[in-house]
Parts: sequence; structure tokens; C-alpha cells
Amino acid sequence: MPEVMQERLTDIGPPHYDKFLPPIVKENYGKWRYHEVIKPGVMVHVSETGKKLFTVRAASPRLISIEKIRNYADLADKYCDGYLRFTSRHNVEFLLTKEENIDPLIKDLRVLGHPVGGIQNSISSIVHTQGWIHCHSAATDASGIVKSVMDELVGYFETMVLPGKLRIALACCLNMCGAVHCSDIAILGIHRRPPKIDHENLHKTCEIPSVSASCPTAAIRPATVGGKPSVEVIEERCMFCANCYTVCPSMKLNDPLNDGVSIWVGGKVSNARHEPMFSKLAIPFLPNNPPRWPEVTDAVKGLVELWAKNARKYERMGEWINRIGWPKFFQMAGIEFQKEHIDDFKHAGLTYKRSTHLTF
Amino acid sequence: MADTVVKTPKLDELEKGKWPSFVKEIKMAAKTSPMAQDLLGQLELSYEQKLGHWKHGGIVGVMGYGGGVIGRYSDMPDKFPNVSHFHTIRINQPSGWFYTSKALRTLCDIWEKHGSGLTNMHGSTGDIIFLGTSTPHLEPIFSELTKAGFDLGGSGSDVRTPSCCVGPARCEWACYDTLAMAYDLTMSFQDELHRPAFPYKFKFKMSGCPNDCVASIARSDMSIIGTWRDSIQIDKDAVAEYASRGMDIKADVVDNCPAKCMEWDGKELHIENSYCRRCMHCINVMPKALRPGKDRGATVLIGAKAPIIEGALLASVLYPFVKIEAPYQQIKDVVAKIWDVWCEEGKNRERIGEFIQRVGLGNFLDAIEVEPVAEMVAHPRENPYVFYEEYFEEDETAEEQK
Ligand code: SF4
Ligand code: SF4
Ligand code: SF4
Ligand code: SF4
Repeated sequence: MPEVMQERLTDIGPPHYDKFLPPIVKENYGKWRYHEVIKPGVMVHVSETGKKLFTVRAASPRLISIEKIRNYADLADKYCDGYLRFTSRHNVEFLLTKEENIDPLIKDLRVLGHPVGGIQNSISSIVHTQGWIHCHSAATDASGIVKSVMDELVGYFETMVLPGKLRIALACCLNMCGAVHCSDIAILGIHRRPPKIDHENLHKTCEIPSVSASCPTAAIRPATVGGKPSVEVIEERCMFCANCYTVCPSMKLNDPLNDGVSIWVGGKVSNARHEPMFSKLAIPFLPNNPPRWPEVTDAVKGLVELWAKNARKYERMGEWINRIGWPKFFQMAGIEFQKEHIDDFKHAGLTYKRSTHLTF
Repeated sequence: MADTVVKTPKLDELEKGKWPSFVKEIKMAAKTSPMAQDLLGQLELSYEQKLGHWKHGGIVGVMGYGGGVIGRYSDMPDKFPNVSHFHTIRINQPSGWFYTSKALRTLCDIWEKHGSGLTNMHGSTGDIIFLGTSTPHLEPIFSELTKAGFDLGGSGSDVRTPSCCVGPARCEWACYDTLAMAYDLTMSFQDELHRPAFPYKFKFKMSGCPNDCVASIARSDMSIIGTWRDSIQIDKDAVAEYASRGMDIKADVVDNCPAKCMEWDGKELHIENSYCRRCMHCINVMPKALRPGKDRGATVLIGAKAPIIEGALLASVLYPFVKIEAPYQQIKDVVAKIWDVWCEEGKNRERIGEFIQRVGLGNFLDAIEVEPVAEMVAHPRENPYVFYEEYFEEDETAEEQK
């Protein structure tokens, strides 16, 4: 028989979600009446029909092997007829119809090394990015800091003792893959040295006009260096954003001596109570200190505990700081206010204090 | 392969501790994958030197697509030859990130054959991420994925893979069907998703209520957030039950209402719904007693983004309230107009939010033929430098006065 040319499928899109919904979800789709948190990491959704769906949420490092995914699949088969889902914060959720399966599942997850929690007034998993595992622009690693910070904070993942929700996110450069700019605590990798220009190769790898145009502060201008067409950077104007590096590999920002981490606080995306807010700069710079980043870990833990001790019920980090004021926050956190805390980009003027509403 | 195991004293530190360890995951994969072994070696070096060792991405992909694969190459291919290519593949996730164990195993089998065995479940935009393969494997992976019913996600200057919250599948607060809408938009914009033709990326995110579990207001060029127009549904008996079980309704609920539109006299909860800001707080605190109203739809917002290039933006209101029903024509029509204007006049690497900042929201609304309404601004202008587009001439005024 002649071989039939196999048709090459394209543009088929993702599988229809309907194929993956457990029967109880299909039957009660849009009919959920209310939910209750039974214990840390476990909730029940009750339908208008009286049907109950139990969810067990477990932590994940986000970077997972196929072996681990197969472990998840086995657990789903054992306890939930093969159905599971993931959350927007990289947690895995098992969807159970039998209440008696909850505890055995949690036990198996413990054996596998995956704590259960992250619901309600807890710290959920840290949304994060690729870092040194997979990205060229990283000013720090992502997974290593996340692991180190969560080893310290896992107690708050597994309980619900905090005043409200606390969302931490990490991005390893200003590209910010992930919503770190609106998190209760954001950990952000930063460069602090202007691009090191590879004059030998720049004209071969990059278009000079687009390199100049890429800079938001117009710090880059065409120049001839060593007889070759290249660019020069007006260093005082450089804010280390790495836009030039994104368009041109010959403008390297990565630099072990100067790269590190900044900490931002008080952002949120939910509309509950206060409107969504950006995170604001708390600590301008902490060093990269792998493998455990003790300075970053201590700083984050300190901020979490300061908020936990002082915030009122439901108050997110930013709502608490709004109530007490930023000077008080800096004082209580023991962070020295410095020039870097004052904005100097586009809408900087809007951030100056324009009243006498001050605490002493 | 025990004999070739690399020494990783720094990374080994990260196997300790209670939080699940990514190093353990890489080591699990390294049992069978030389790629994962070299990844460990290169990462250990990064930990020693505090420096990444990946080169700038190159252009790689599958035939006919411009997105979905991110080229990645080691800058030390001699030392770590198995990661000389280490490309990422983005695979469009099913709405709401639901799976069967069977589907997950299929994905694992494909990835075992063709890549490092390492994944992200999921990437920041929502895709399934296959982390690390080489160029010759791309077409075979693609062919096996499509046979299994999966397709690639977006990357580069295209529609990025839309994502949504769990919505009506498991949440009582969903004010519209986020899963259905995410699926519909993804299917409707397959061409725009796979073949980058925009000034920059364009993200859609769908949240079923103002709790915004997928952070759409911070991260998407078009954010569709469920809401309601009528009154919050109150179950009086359930309110009384919360009170009798010891909830301090005044302190926990009423005093936290940003609109100050609630009253509690110890017996009855009253909400002045015309002042309610649909913030969700009271509903979050008393899920058994309070529910969103019945006249449901969504607020559509536009223009959120991270700092690159001109600074971070939260999305701002485009439509205060839209009914969300398939085939979502009103949204698709306005999206078509937005893309027309942006593709015509947007600068290279200019997100829609930045474009709006540059041309002004008023002018942008003119261009996409949407009427301005007060809900679009936090407050009206404070500065008196108003651009009027027309003025009267002497004789015209005289004409008019006749
Ligand atoms: S945040 Fe920056 S360094 Fe990190 S993965 Fe994204 S682009 Fe790469
Ligand atoms: S890092 Fe940013 S500010 Fe500095 S030269 Fe490059 S584009 Fe300009
Ligand atoms: S955004 Fe609202 S509807 Fe969607 S999952 Fe979150 S709380 Fe539920
Ligand atoms: S939803 Fe928010 S604004 Fe509306 S009544 Fe409840 S707490 Fe007040």
C-alpha cells in the first residue's frame, strides 16, 4: 500500500476544557452555591443541588519533572477518578468527591514532599520566573530564592494564622514575567551597571538605529569605536532597564559584581476593599548570595512578620501601610529611607507628599 | 548514568528544607536525560559565579508558526554540549488548567522522548512550558502534540495565550463563563496567536469576579472582569447564622466596606446597592449569606503591563459593563478596531497601554469609536490646557446669531 501523506495539523488550538472536567463539575457547572474552608489547604464547594466537591491544594516548585507529573497523575487516579487541575500560582489541586479520601491523599502528598495549604489567610506559592535556569536577562536566579524564602515561610502556607492574604512574587529582571508589580511583596532582580558594549560585534548582530531607539531615556547614541560603527551610552542617563539588551545581544547588562535583588511591598490585584495597587520600593538593593540568599530571605521574613503583627484583620500589606503611612512603615521595618526610594521617572511628581498628614 | 553525575555542592543545599525542591526535580530528570544533567552543571556554575549562562534567544520554530518556541542556547556549549540548544516550547493550556491523568501522561510521554523531561506547570502567561529541547526535535514534538489534541501557545509580538480563572467550573462567584470565553477567543484568534504581526504582545485574561484571581488588571492588555449591575443577593437566615456563630458583622464586614454603603443593626443587614462598588469584600467574608446579583456581565479594561518600556500600568476601564455571551461580538468588534489603530500607528515594542498614554485616551476612544464615560477616569482632568478641536470665526457666530 502506498504511504498516505500524513496531514500536518495546525491551528487546532488547545483541547476543549470540557474533556477534562470531572463529571461532578460538569453536572454542577455554574451552580455552585457557596464554599467553606475545612482546614488549611482543603475546601468544599457546595452546589445548589447539594453535591459537594472537595479540593486539596498542594505546593509545587513550578519547575517539575515528568516523573513528578506522573506522580500527580497516579494520585489523581487513586483518589479523584483521574481529575486534577493547577492554579494560577503553580499549585496543584486534586478534586475529590469522596470526603474520606482527603486525609489519605494529604498523607501521600506529604510522602511526596508537597505541603498542603495556600488557601485563605495564608501565603500561597510564589509566582516566579526562569532565572539562571533558562533566561538570558536574569539579574538573579528565581527558583533558588523562591525555595529559600518558602523554606522559611512554609509554616504560613500550611496554616491560616495571618491577618489576611499575602501574595509574594519574584521576577529576575525588569521584564517582569509574572505580576510582581502588584504583589504584597515583590522580589525583583536588578542590574546596576550600564551595558558593556561589544564594539567588535555590535554592527554584525544589531541594527544601530533600533538599538538607539530602544532606550527609554535616550542614553544611547551612534558612535564609531575603533573604526567600527557602534553605539555609546551616556552612563548618567542609564537606569539599567536592559531594553537595549533585549533588542541587541551586544549590550550585556548581566554583571555579577553589581546585579542583585530589590524588595517592593504593598501591591495587590484584587478589588476587595481597596482598589488594586502597585508595589512600592522598600529595599533598593540586596546582594545575590546563592545558594540561599540569606539577606533576601531575612528581609522577606521580617516584612511578613511585621505585617502579621501589626495589620488588622483582612488588611493586606498595602492597606496596612496606607493606614499607618510610609514614614512609619520605614521606621517600623528598620529600613533607612534613601535617595533611591524617590521616583524620578515619568510620573514621579505625583508621588511626592503634598499635605501635612504626617505621623511622629 | 551514575558515573557521569556532576558535583553540585551549591545546588545540593537547595534539596534541604520543607518546600518542594526544584533541584530534586532536575535531578529526577537527570537520571535519564543528559540535557538535565548538563543543566545541573551549568546552573551550579551560575550559582558559583552569580551569572547566567544563556545566550540571547534565536529564531527557531515550527513550520508556518512564528510563535510558541523560544530559542535558547548555552554560552558554554563546549563545557555543556547537551544544553547547547535548550529551547522552550509553550503549549496552550486547557481553560482553567483542568486535566485528566491520561492527558498529563500523554504530555509526559511526548516530552520524555523529545526533551529534557523538565516542565513548568505553568508559565506566567498560563501555558504549559516544556523546558529544553533541540531544533531537530521541534517538528516531531509539534506533530505528536497536535495528534494528541494540543497546540502551541503564543510568543513574540502576537496574541499571547489567553488565560482564565476557574470560573463557573468551581467558583460560586463567577459572573460569566470565563472558561468558555477563553476558549472561544483562543480559537477565534488562532492566526493572530501563531503568527506575530503586531507592534508587540497582546494578552487577554478573564476573571469571573472582581477578586481577579488571574491578575488580569495588572497583566493583560485586555482584562475582562466579571461583575453585576443589580443588588447583592442576601440570604437573611445565613446572615443571622454568621452572627450567631460569632462573626462581628460590623467590624468584619460593614466597617471594611469601601463604599460605606452597608448597615447592620444587629438583626438585619442593609446594603445601599446603588453605592456598592462591587469590591467583593462582604461576599468574600460571608459566602453563604451574600452572592453577586443576578444581572451579571463584566467590566472590560485595557492596557495593563509590566514596566518595560515606558513604566508599569494597571488596566483602565473601557466598558463599565458588558453582557458576556457567546459569540462575544461586541468585544471582538472593538478588539478588531483596537488592533487596526495600534498596528497602523503603534511603535515597535509599544504595548497598547503605552500607545494609549502616548496618543491620549480621548483620541484613542475617537479612533476606536467608543464614547467617553465618567467610569473611565479616576477623576476628570485637573489641568486646564484643553485641546478643543474647533472654534468659531467672527462671521460664523454672526450667522448663528441670526
Ligand atoms: S523576568 Fe526577566 S530574567 Fe526573568 S524570565 Fe522574565 S525576562 Fe527572563
Ligand atoms: S539599560 Fe536601559 S537605560 Fe541603560 S542604556 Fe540600555 S536601554 Fe538605556
Ligand atoms: S476571579 Fe472570582 S470568579 Fe474567578 S475564581 Fe477568583 S473568586 Fe472565583
Ligand atoms: S461589595 Fe464591597 S462595596 Fe459592595 S457592599 Fe460589599 S463591601 Fe461594600
